[in-house]
Amino acid sequence: MEILVCAKRVPDTSENEIALNAAGNDIERDDLVFSVNEADNYAVEEALEIVERAGGMVAVVTVGGDDDEEVLRREMAMGAKNGVLLSDENFEGSDGRGIAEILAAFVRKGHYELILTGVQADDGAAQVGGMLAALLDYPFASLVTSIDVLDGGKLKVGREIEGGSKEIYEIELPCVLSIQTGINEPRYVGMRGIRQVASVPIATLGKADLGVDGHVGDAGARVKRLDYFVPPATKGAEMLNGGRDQAIAKLIELLRSKGGLQ
Amino acid sequence: MQSIAGAVYAFLPGRILFLILHVLGLVCFAYIVARRLAPLRRAQRDFRFDRPWTRLVRVLRFWLGQWRHPRYRTAGILHILMFAGFIILFSRAMDLLWLGVSDSAANAGLPGLAGRIYDVVRDYATSIVFLCMAAFAVRRLLFKPVRYAVPARYGKAHTADAVFLVALIAALMAADSLFEGAQAAGGAQQGRPVEFLAALSLPWMVKQTLLAAPLAMLARLHLGAYFAHEVTFFFLLCYRPFGIQFHVETSLFSIYFAKLDRGTVKPVRWGVPDEQLEQLPSFGVKTFEDFTWKHMLDFYSCADCGRCSDQCPANAVGRPLSPRFLTIKARDYSFRHYPVWGASRNGAPLIGGIYSADEIWSCTTCGACEAECPLLVEYIDKIVDLRRGLVDAGNVPQSLQKPLKALESRGNPYGKMEKKRGEWAKTCGVPVLNGNHDASTVYFVDSITSYDDRMQAIGRATAQILSRAGETFGILGAAEKDSGHEVRRFGEETLFMALREHNTEAIKASGARRIVTADPHAYNALKHDYKDMPPVEHISQFTARAVRAGRLKLDAVPDGQVYTYHDPCYLGRHNQVFDEPREVLDAIPGLHRVEMSRSRDRSFCCGGGGLALFYEPKEEQRMGVKRVQMAAEAGANVIVTACPYCMANVEDAIKVAGMEDKMAAIDLAELVEKQMR
Repeated sequence: MEILVCAKRVPDTSENEIALNAAGNDIERDDLVFSVNEADNYAVEEALEIVERAGGMVAVVTVGGDDDEEVLRREMAMGAKNGVLLSDENFEGSDGRGIAEILAAFVRKGHYELILTGVQADDGAAQVGGMLAALLDYPFASLVTSIDVLDGGKLKVGREIEGGSKEIYEIELPCVLSIQTGINEPRYVGMRGIRQVASVPIATLGKADLGVDGHVGDAGARVKRLDYFVPPATKGAEMLNGGRDQAIAKLIELLRSKGGLQ
Repeated sequence: MQSIAGAVYAFLPGRILFLILHVLGLVCFAYIVARRLAPLRRAQRDFRFDRPWTRLVRVLRFWLGQWRHPRYRTAGILHILMFAGFIILFSRAMDLLWLGVSDSAANAGLPGLAGRIYDVVRDYATSIVFLCMAAFAVRRLLFKPVRYAVPARYGKAHTADAVFLVALIAALMAADSLFEGAQAAGGAQQGRPVEFLAALSLPWMVKQTLLAAPLAMLARLHLGAYFAHEVTFFFLLCYRPFGIQFHVETSLFSIYFAKLDRGTVKPVRWGVPDEQLEQLPSFGVKTFEDFTWKHMLDFYSCADCGRCSDQCPANAVGRPLSPRFLTIKARDYSFRHYPVWGASRNGAPLIGGIYSADEIWSCTTCGACEAECPLLVEYIDKIVDLRRGLVDAGNVPQSLQKPLKALESRGNPYGKMEKKRGEWAKTCGVPVLNGNHDASTVYFVDSITSYDDRMQAIGRATAQILSRAGETFGILGAAEKDSGHEVRRFGEETLFMALREHNTEAIKASGARRIVTADPHAYNALKHDYKDMPPVEHISQFTARAVRAGRLKLDAVPDGQVYTYHDPCYLGRHNQVFDEPREVLDAIPGLHRVEMSRSRDRSFCCGGGGLALFYEPKEEQRMGVKRVQMAAEAGANVIVTACPYCMANVEDAIKVAGMEDKMAAIDLAELVEKQMR
């Protein structure tokens, strides 16, 4: 099965102290460390595991600039066969719909049976996966936490729903799935692995290569960010008083009421 | 009495019979040993041929001198007696072999009085070895020391094998004694000068018992005992390569070729320089054949004495790791896949086969096993090589992936900003060296002391000590990255090399002529993993020198506290710095110090440093909790340590054990800072 995973390079939330810039319309980006969006990394691992079981190959695609090559290389070090960069100055400033258009144009040029995205980007809005499916007229399942390949061009997918329950669906190929973190345990990519793919050529396709028109780029964006702010700190932690047993009972009650315990 | 060679055994002249038996036995043994060496020929290279004098001295000490055996008193003394007996009886065994095929007298090499003295000594040696076997059997069957037990997950008990081996050796001693005793009794009856037998030895007792026996019977006993001795001897010889008894042959080589350099980690591949590492198709140990020949030899040499696992902190807290079975499982794998008969089968992955990934990640590389092993079997290098294989295959626990990624992008496992690395030092006026200072010393802080709020106090105390002692020093600040000590020991060699390269340049650019650190892990890295570094000192060594020279004066501590010193593994065991920290403590007036039963090179690991703090092991109890209990048992209420990771683990453990009102922990540098006049 040919599987395409759409990945994004995002500021690594665990390794950055996010601060607003002076103008207040974006975050300070000078000292940021970037990495593959966490959910996308799970999607690549899942694709690799499917290929290990059922055969096929995995390609990774991203929309962006030269800096974004690093995420493609990281995923190729993980085991993806191809990395493709969709890059064009006309793509800059695209909204979610625009990104989905660009990706859809790329998908139409290939023979991918299964397209995976992360459930959402750390700095995103969880919209590209669904829009991509709609633009391609493919079936779509979101928040996927398990995938089994069935005979006859079908998949059995599990979805996590609120409260921790799980639903199982059958879905026809080709399809788009958005992958939830925790579906697997992504393999480690060491420095050695990244160096080994450092000189593998990465195909770059632009607007003309893909034949996209319409809603891409700044001009085509119909959703625009107006503001960016860090919510003000509210009152701090709630201290549980009383003896140990009382505090434990209260804690269990609180956890249960917030859905943290079944 | 008739000579053995000239006697007739059921129509066969003894000379012929024993020639056949001896040749057959030797051919069998040679064949089996050759088969046992087959995997070693497919193994990786291992450079162990340097420094022959150092190696010979170690053979004299650890092999001939049995240096480590008395660390376990009873078993150790018994082993020393038995070993001495075997050394003495080697010549006797050769004589006996010769007797089977030649009529000429034994003791060809030792005529006259020397021969007589040897005969007395070896009569006692035979008896002592026999008694040792009895003692071993009693220990195995009645006393059953806990360290010999085999947990269910590692298979069946080894008692039957052990007792069988002991019985074989006892039979050998008994046969020799019967052979000699019967001859002496016969000689006495025939009025020939009675051969002198060592009084109360086993042959002497046989002789006394048989003095009145008929001559014909004595002759049969004499011939029969010889036959039994030779059959047992060759059976035992050919049986040796099938179990722990193989160490009789292999231990000499294991000890000669043992690792000489403490605190180091073996290269990824011997003979492949760092800059060519990237061309290797695979890193680390994934299949059995990825081990080096010396590491395979270790598997053969293990005597299953259980001392390693008895000392192993991971084993003590119920982690799925026992160094003893790490070796035994590999040895059994080798026997299965390289059988004496039939084709060799190789190439099966070890992880998921005989080892689990959790087992390999459970080790803190504390080195307690290696410090104990009488045969100098190596463990840390094997663990690191297995981890290199796991890292290369991407099989790294999720809990370690984040810190490793952060080390790659930020140079510290927490993912904190590089520019904040030196911020702790601003409040105490420590300069950041940029090559323009004329500071003679660079204080290498490392990640945990730079970023962890609690450990920054150790950094400030270290800086205070250095400046009070009149040292001109500074830190590297944002130019410093993690030393990579645990990065390397967790198998991420490529990342380690990148960190080392960065720090090496930063240290050289600082212009400093000496390095001081308060972190034993950084100390070990700079001393053993880095190359061409200025001299490195741990702050405890620096403090001891300053106290000795009178540059630091220490005030008395208040009464009522009992202190104990916890040896950090990478300061103590791996670098032998045991005395300086104690010297500093004893220089504080009024300080009452006690030793824990496990101290110095038997110190019990607190739980491990660096990446070990991020790893989530499967365990029944924390190592730190056990350690804090040991301190309480020693009567202490303050644990002094000299490592930020020990501090993190011990302070956590005090809370976990609910001993906040009974036990406190303080770093040596913090204590010295507090008591500085």
